[in-house]
Amino acid sequence: MKVRIKFSKEGPVRFIGHLDIMRYFQKAIRRAGIDIAYSTGFSPHQIMSFASPLSVGHESCSEYFDVELNSITDTEDIKNRLNRTMAEGIQILQVAVLDEKEGNAMASVAAANYLISFRDSVSLPDDWKEKLTAFYEKDKIPVIKKTKKGEREIDLKETIYQLEIREDQVYMLLDAGSGSNMKPGFVLETFCAAENISLPEYPFRVRRLETYKRTGEGKLVPLIP
Amino acid sequence: MRTLALSDEILMQVEKPARYIGGEINAVMKDPEAVKVRFAMCFPDVYEIGMSHLGIQILYGMLNSYEDVWCERVYSPWVDLDAVMRKEQIPLFALESQDPIRTFDFLGITIQYEMCYTNILQVLDLSGIPLLAKDRTEEDPIVIGGGPCTYNPEPICDFFDLFYIGEGETRYRELISLYEDCRDRGLSRQDFLKKAACIPGIYVPSLYEVSYHEDGTIKEMKPLEEGIPERILKEMVTEVSDTYYPDKPVVPFIKVTQDRVVLEIMRGCIRGCRFCQAGQLYRPVRERDVEFLKKYAIAMLENTGHEEISLSSLSSSDYQKLPELIDFLIEECSRRKVNISLPSLRIDAFSLDVMNKVQDVKKSSLTFAPEAGSQRLRNVINKGLTEEVILQGAKLAFEGGWTRVKLYFMLGIPFETEEDIQGIAELCNKIAAEFYDTVPKEKRNGRVQIVASTSFFIPKPFTPFQWAPQCRKEDFLNKAYLTRTAIMSQLNQKSIKYNWHEADASVMEGILARGDRKVNQVILKAYEKGCFYDAWGEYYKHDVWLETFEECGVDPDFYTVRERSEDEIFPWDFIDCGVTKAFLLREWKRAAEAVVTPNCRMQCQGCGAARFGTGVCFDKHAGVTEIQTETEENGNEGTN
Ligand code: SF4
Repeated sequence: MKVRIKFSKEGPVRFIGHLDIMRYFQKAIRRAGIDIAYSTGFSPHQIMSFASPLSVGHESCSEYFDVELNSITDTEDIKNRLNRTMAEGIQILQVAVLDEKEGNAMASVAAANYLISFRDSVSLPDDWKEKLTAFYEKDKIPVIKKTKKGEREIDLKETIYQLEIREDQVYMLLDAGSGSNMKPGFVLETFCAAENISLPEYPFRVRRLETYKRTGEGKLVPLIP
Repeated sequence: MRTLALSDEILMQVEKPARYIGGEINAVMKDPEAVKVRFAMCFPDVYEIGMSHLGIQILYGMLNSYEDVWCERVYSPWVDLDAVMRKEQIPLFALESQDPIRTFDFLGITIQYEMCYTNILQVLDLSGIPLLAKDRTEEDPIVIGGGPCTYNPEPICDFFDLFYIGEGETRYRELISLYEDCRDRGLSRQDFLKKAACIPGIYVPSLYEVSYHEDGTIKEMKPLEEGIPERILKEMVTEVSDTYYPDKPVVPFIKVTQDRVVLEIMRGCIRGCRFCQAGQLYRPVRERDVEFLKKYAIAMLENTGHEEISLSSLSSSDYQKLPELIDFLIEECSRRKVNISLPSLRIDAFSLDVMNKVQDVKKSSLTFAPEAGSQRLRNVINKGLTEEVILQGAKLAFEGGWTRVKLYFMLGIPFETEEDIQGIAELCNKIAAEFYDTVPKEKRNGRVQIVASTSFFIPKPFTPFQWAPQCRKEDFLNKAYLTRTAIMSQLNQKSIKYNWHEADASVMEGILARGDRKVNQVILKAYEKGCFYDAWGEYYKHDVWLETFEECGVDPDFYTVRERSEDEIFPWDFIDCGVTKAFLLREWKRAAEAVVTPNCRMQCQGCGAARFGTGVCFDKHAGVTEIQTETEENGNEGTN
């Protein structure tokens, strides 16, 4: 049966890349003695699928992956067993048995929200908040996006579902679909470029708050509702 | 949550920031206020290499099992971070606490290969610890060196306060307790070092003086003070099944070289190959009890979650209970979906059967290490492998479906001739021919792939070849060209690929391996001129090294191409590794005559290692009485 696991990634472990996080959980599942299903063949691997990769350096309190299990005690037990063998900064938050009809984590992702702050090294104009609000309130924000296949023009506005200023941080709900994923840093870089605000390298601190899928009615709900 | 020593900006700009964050599974955290001694354990190379080293995992676990000690890890920052730390003056820190190394009580550095010597200086330098031991103050950590290279510590003796000669399990408790006691009594660093010098296996280089003959060879080495031992006998674990072994090795976040559980099945080697330093240093062979190994294998798999386990030893086929251990592992591992990796197995019916069970034959290759091309030269190096055995093994393997063969040889072995080099090519050709004879045309899936690799032979201390001259760079390269030409002229040359090693680095390794105290200044200066990561081809600066030797007035040839006389005193002679100089000399003479020496299980050779009172020397079939008379006689001859 399929089980979805939600975890956080905070503190020093934010510097571990996505592939290494996958390897980390393969080992964690063995340590926790969870009865995971393996592929067949000469070197069997665990049947596991991650939702959306998190950039190195970003924190998150809503990372997800799915596993196929042969047998299951109960979700609370799986959560506890995993939590007993986690590294500092990674915590299992939720474990849920999935409906057979449920699509895999990666394909399900539709949106994600983030909280972003500027590092001290960024010098912002005093009225940056007003400017950012004005930027967001435009009808269209045409922008060139570099992809693997080359450059193409998109409307940034379509990928931003929500943008708010919360004290000195920026909250954004963004498209995170597999073909249309928008990175929060890209939104702010576009804004800063438009306002001639020069940015040092690594100007933002980013924290992913939740990852959403879309229901049949088109509503956004967390991957574990 | 721990605060990191490096800022986010720095971590985001360097390659693989996870190298520097610590916090891995099974990394040990302690309350700094609750311990008496802070110990930083260092492998002076990049994280992925250092984390793959079993010795550090053993010592790390052992030291942390002491309640009063917190042992942490530190590795060489990679070149990118190195530059940032120098520019921004960030002191080197330990991974666990992220505290600066300079505030620690001890910095222990394991020295596994000569080409890391400049990285030792990098670690000291970035830590803000004076590079020369004589410049250190009460504020600096005690810098300890350990590992195989410390069997000739002289070329790096200026950088260390003390060396621990031999296996780490035995004397650290005593050493640390002595330190605590000295500190409690308000004694100085110097007082501590003098007392430490009296602990077996501990060498404090500043307490010794060396005088030289006019020709540059050593006249005498003696302690500067009464009571400091003249000779240092290596430390050794006598009960390998009743000693510390880590059951919770640290699990790195990033992929490292040895990304698996490592089960050390025995120490030492019965074979006595004359080129091999480890084979002499770790005598006698001591096998771990098979039940001990089973218990640790399971515990380590459960505590790490690794998906692979590997057996470690110098020659795993010689482990007597290997079939029982492998049966056990195959059963346990298939249930747990864990891979088994079996390096250093001799190719025969048994090992092929095992490999067939644990590997994908199509994807794996067979490895032979004949080391020399002809039987005569294999007798010179005392490598028991015969052509017949190799061809028989290859035939069996080809029948079993293998199509890839790797062969390892050395060039520049003492007494080597052109015929011996020709022999390398011929042996490769015969193996290819064996394939075409064994596997009928319709069953072949393309050609057999044979990869022959040669490294250049470097004489090492405490081997019978310690008297031998090393080849010059030109000779090395000539030999490689000869090998290539010989291979090209074989009938099956299309099935054979040939690789050879860099010659420059081999020359340098030879200098450092048999160097004396005069080499210290050269290493220091080369480091100051920007040499480090010498073990990494792309960073190795041969020209700078040669230039530095010249500036220091030290002749590199003195250490390499010179033939040493039988009675020369070597820089490392004050260390007693168990094997006597008389035995090594006997072996050197037998090598000249191309006479093989039976291994420890066939017939004891009275090498001197029986004095430890353990291991293969006391196995029933080794013949105990014979050993005892032999060692008495050789023990007196000594190695002075
Ligand atoms: S004393 Fe004999 S059995 Fe023991 S290690 Fe030496 S040669 Fe081998």
